[in-house]
Amino acid sequence: MRIKSALAVVATAALTTACGGGGGGESSSNEPVKIDFLSLAWQKESVAANKQLVEEWNKANPNIQVTYVQGSWDNVNDQLVTQFAGGTAPDVIHNDSPALAGFATDGYLLDLRDQLPAELKNDIPQSAWDTVTFDGGKGEQGVYGVPFLQESQVIIANKKLLDAAKVRIPTADAPWTWDEFSAAAKKMTEGDTYGVAWPMKSPVNKTLNLALNFGGTFFQAAGGKTTVKVGPEEREVLQRIHDQLYTDRSADPAALGQGTADPLPAFYKGKFALLPAGVYLRQQVAEQAPDGFEWVTLPGPKGTTAQQGAVSQTLSIAQDSEHPDEAMKFISFFLNGSNQAKLAKGDWLLPTSQKAAADPAITTEENGWDVATASAKNLVVAPFLKVNGFDEWKSKVATPVLQEYFANKITIDEVAKRLVEDGNKVLERYQR
Amino acid sequence: MRRLPQYAALAAYIVFLAFPLIWLLSTALKTPQEMALTEPTWVPREPTLANFTDAFGEQDLVGAAVRSLIVALFSSVITVLISLPASYAMARYRSLLNRVALGWVLVSQVFPFILIIIPLFMILREMDLVNTLPGLVAVHVTFTLPFALWMLQGYVRAVPPELEEAAAVDGASRLRSIASVVAPLLAPGVVATLLFAFISSWNEFMFALVILQNPDVMTLPLTLVRFTGPEGVARLGPLAAASLMATIPSLIFFAIIQRRLKSGLMAGAVKG
Repeated sequence: MRIKSALAVVATAALTTACGGGGGGESSSNEPVKIDFLSLAWQKESVAANKQLVEEWNKANPNIQVTYVQGSWDNVNDQLVTQFAGGTAPDVIHNDSPALAGFATDGYLLDLRDQLPAELKNDIPQSAWDTVTFDGGKGEQGVYGVPFLQESQVIIANKKLLDAAKVRIPTADAPWTWDEFSAAAKKMTEGDTYGVAWPMKSPVNKTLNLALNFGGTFFQAAGGKTTVKVGPEEREVLQRIHDQLYTDRSADPAALGQGTADPLPAFYKGKFALLPAGVYLRQQVAEQAPDGFEWVTLPGPKGTTAQQGAVSQTLSIAQDSEHPDEAMKFISFFLNGSNQAKLAKGDWLLPTSQKAAADPAITTEENGWDVATASAKNLVVAPFLKVNGFDEWKSKVATPVLQEYFANKITIDEVAKRLVEDGNKVLERYQR
Repeated sequence: MRRLPQYAALAAYIVFLAFPLIWLLSTALKTPQEMALTEPTWVPREPTLANFTDAFGEQDLVGAAVRSLIVALFSSVITVLISLPASYAMARYRSLLNRVALGWVLVSQVFPFILIIIPLFMILREMDLVNTLPGLVAVHVTFTLPFALWMLQGYVRAVPPELEEAAAVDGASRLRSIASVVAPLLAPGVVATLLFAFISSWNEFMFALVILQNPDVMTLPLTLVRFTGPEGVARLGPLAAASLMATIPSLIFFAIIQRRLKSGLMAGAVKG
């Protein structure tokens, strides 16, 4: 009996000890303010940079102590929905701008308009602030996060095949036009080697962002109502990619069903020469490419304009945070010019800070940083960012329709019809 | 010699079962370059432990594993302790209440947990159980219990009532016949339920994600997901290394407990 009692005591003690550090005890006035910072950094260098900056802050600010909490991109919104509803969300939240709109409308995020220090506000261009400016649910536009990392589309190229094709090498100031891009891809197609690969497992964001090259926005607002539009501007990029696949036959059909990083092994093997991708993919190429494999980063192609749609990674403050002023101070430190350069370098993305964009660490030619950083000037707010119901339109309508189109199962007219008719039905529900 | 096809089939089955584990081990020992080959290799050409040092250096995997183990052990033991007597009552006492209870057990399985996660979170918050391992244990027990109950009552039903009646004829009280006759025969069922509850809790992710926020209390699945990025991109090497380590405790637990998974205990217990 004694043994059983002892075991019970030990078990209770083990469980209680193991949960130590939990709860959220009230802090007395003498204790430092405690702030939880939910970070979604996941790359090795990026996690190290985040941890180092938090450590630096905690050393310099004994009265405002930040706890670094690592989250995950795949589940962060499920996690936040629950924590917002329960009033236990972290004070400082890392997310991306598409997710902020819904949370802002529901009143879960603090409007930062009056909180932003001038230095931080002026260091980030208006085009980036546009990605975090939303209706806060009361008909007023508010700023619900500080944008700090953005992604542009570039072309990662096999240098050997590029040189052999003897085509003009595009630069940040003189990118390829779509015609030149298609001609180059055609020239590089020979035998088993294709000019380009379009991994289109998730085709929507990529094509919508590139559609801005020809002024394609896919959405129009009139009379307070947003509807889908697929006119000549929107069709242009879709048609050109389709032509590479089925008319020129310069695009590798094997890559079509793949995710963004999946074609890399074939790329290293020289199965195709050009891979249009987000700037972050350079990290995997730099890490995985076999010895002797030479690659370069080329700017994305240009249509009537070089513009691309962009969303931002953001830091926001929870509406229920007990320490919004201290949280803002931490964000101002965390996202100053030199720190943004470290974060951008760690994540292989583009900083929004103009000071950071001039940092030698991210303007070097090594690993295509010069081309990637220069492409930031073409980023404008993605038109779909402020469309209520975009996520459902994307998953239920646009993804299957574009997948069928790129698999050559439907025509561009059918694409337009379904995107508009089925899409408007979805959007209508969000605008009642 | 006649058994050769049987052994061949068995070997093929073992390879099939072991394939994910072998692939995990192979990936964990590969360099990033080797992982990106178009013709994958089974045996790493230049084995490296860098993925293990990265995984263990960046995340508190050992601490997370210990916390997962504590949660899984408590959840599984509590689940069995509650479901054992309940399943006996459900199997042996036929009443309207029992039928309703069984129906409820089945219906409870069809609720998508995303529907109940917010109310559940609110309840835990009111009880000061958010961010604590006892809170997670309570949720795991609640969600494992219906299926455990269903599973165990099947085992209880399989024990012929005639055995208890025979014990009663010999003068045993109901409690005595349960303790001396039924309980030993239920051992395989208890073990299977224990395993089910342990593995469910060990692998559980979503509840842990919303309940645990403090880095000091995070469990292993929450730690593993930190090696993944957006749109399914992952750091495969460290993820494979960490996942390999994560499978070891449940393998050991299974190896220890599987000896109790015997069948045929009741063969010939009742004539006819």
